Amino acid sequence: MSAAIATPGTLPGETAIPEAAIRLTELRRHFSTSGSTLVKALDGVSLSVAPGEIFGIVGRSGAGKSTLIRCVNLLERPDSGSVRVLGEELLGLDDAALRERRRGIGMVFQHFNLLASRTVADNVAFPLEVAGVPAAERKTRVAEALALVGLAEKAKNYPTQLSGGQKQRVGIARALAPRPKILLCDEATSALDPETTQEILGLIKTLRDQLDLTVLLITHEMAVVKEICDRVAVMERGQVIEEGRVFDVFTRPAHPTTRRFIADTIGHSIPPGTVARLPAPGAGEARRLLQVLFAGPNSTRSVISEASRRYGLDLNIISGRIDEIAGEPFGIMALAAYGAPEQIEAALAWFAELGLGITPIPDSAVEGH
Amino acid sequence: MIPWLNPALEQLFVDAAIETLTMVGGAAAVAILLGLPLALLLYATGPGGLAQNGLANRPLGLLVNAVRSTPFIILMVAIVPFTRLVAGTSIGTTAAIVPLALAATAFIARLFETAFREVDRGVIEAARAMGATRLQILVKVVVPEAMPGLIAAVTVTLVSLVGYSAMAGAVGGGGLGDLGIRFGYQRFMPEVMASVVVVLIVFVQGLQSLGDWIVRRIRRR
Repeated sequence: MSAAIATPGTLPGETAIPEAAIRLTELRRHFSTSGSTLVKALDGVSLSVAPGEIFGIVGRSGAGKSTLIRCVNLLERPDSGSVRVLGEELLGLDDAALRERRRGIGMVFQHFNLLASRTVADNVAFPLEVAGVPAAERKTRVAEALALVGLAEKAKNYPTQLSGGQKQRVGIARALAPRPKILLCDEATSALDPETTQEILGLIKTLRDQLDLTVLLITHEMAVVKEICDRVAVMERGQVIEEGRVFDVFTRPAHPTTRRFIADTIGHSIPPGTVARLPAPGAGEARRLLQVLFAGPNSTRSVISEASRRYGLDLNIISGRIDEIAGEPFGIMALAAYGAPEQIEAALAWFAELGLGITPIPDSAVEGH
Repeated sequence: MIPWLNPALEQLFVDAAIETLTMVGGAAAVAILLGLPLALLLYATGPGGLAQNGLANRPLGLLVNAVRSTPFIILMVAIVPFTRLVAGTSIGTTAAIVPLALAATAFIARLFETAFREVDRGVIEAARAMGATRLQILVKVVVPEAMPGLIAAVTVTLVSLVGYSAMAGAVGGGGLGDLGIRFGYQRFMPEVMASVVVVLIVFVQGLQSLGDWIVRRIRRR
């Protein structure tokens, strides 16, 4: 290795900007449905996924994420744009070269897509068979792949004899048998129950670390993103509307759609009737409802009692919860603040100064539930 | 063998049964051999297929439909010159196999095509994602995945062939159906007619049960 001759701190790889594992540029894909309506499945999408990262694309069905992930191995051809995988443009390749590249990109599917006519071992052997790997080597690689996903003892079973989670493990083993550098997950856990979902997500994460994979996954569940992704892109109507580190997107969502997604996942709705039962503000007093997001360096400070002392406010905690996103803790709390209007404003400014996220909750939004 | 028939009739019965088996077996063998590639071609060139090609698909489809829409008794006499070319004669059991095989090929090709269409598109997509060629997808995915449907199609074709073969008497093909017509109907021998009907029912039942059993065996995996 060249590291042996280079002096610490001057490794060539450290200064060079690493080439993205997947770089999609300005992808467009339009479908004309029956009739004359044009569906813009991809409307100028650009994304890049760094080597070794787990990148999530989240969106409702019809947002274009399924078309997007299929563009990475060109199961779906974009009308225009560029698809670079491991530094190489795929769009110009001929069929034979494209098939060769596809063997370096594993793919896992929502409905597993295993061959019912083949045993587990023969399913895992399929991509090797197609690539012309000799039978003897195929056998060792299949055993190796099945061991990775912990299904060695099911080698001789048929897919119909397996549970959903086991089927997806076979799907993962099959995707990894040709030793790809990239793994595409197309709603890989959407057909599984919550417990099995955790199991499969854990497995994908472990395999990423173990095999140095780059993972691109699409999902409609923010919980999946929260569980394993490093970065996330939110899609709506064929466009990426928000992108960033998972923790940042979760704690400081910029787009309303993202906020809705997050609210579904880290569920922070105030029970109906709660606000109606809150005491009314006294004479000369104002009442403000707000949501405080604790993230960043000041998230462990006793800000509530401090604010109460500093600004002479009464702070009524309506709800609160601590969660962990992408391994970082954060808290979310709904407060009712009582006090002089200008003092409340001053407290809000101070919260913002501390880097806490403040969102006012309109009274109507809660009562309207 | 059949107690109410005299030995001479019994011999006729055995010969006729062998002729039926020869015609049905021969025609089915040819139909499977020719129908499988034909069906793969129809499937692959069809709308949304792996090698979509209307220019190839439409004429093929038309040809298959033409054969299928011609009543068998007409088809049999209409293709006599072709039969003579292939079998050297247009009369007899062997000659009857030619029109039977032609009708059965068109029939089974459509049934096979339907079976191929029922293969989950997701599985085909997975094979594409793994870098399989179109030929590999057909041979390693579509055909094996469609196997239960293919076996069911063969069963239906065999049963239909038993029916068609009854008309082979028109070109001197012999067989159980012909025996029933000539002896049971034209010579007023109800016991022969009844025997033919019973034997054909048992024969068809046997085929169907065997086919179903194989399909169940494959599906259970």
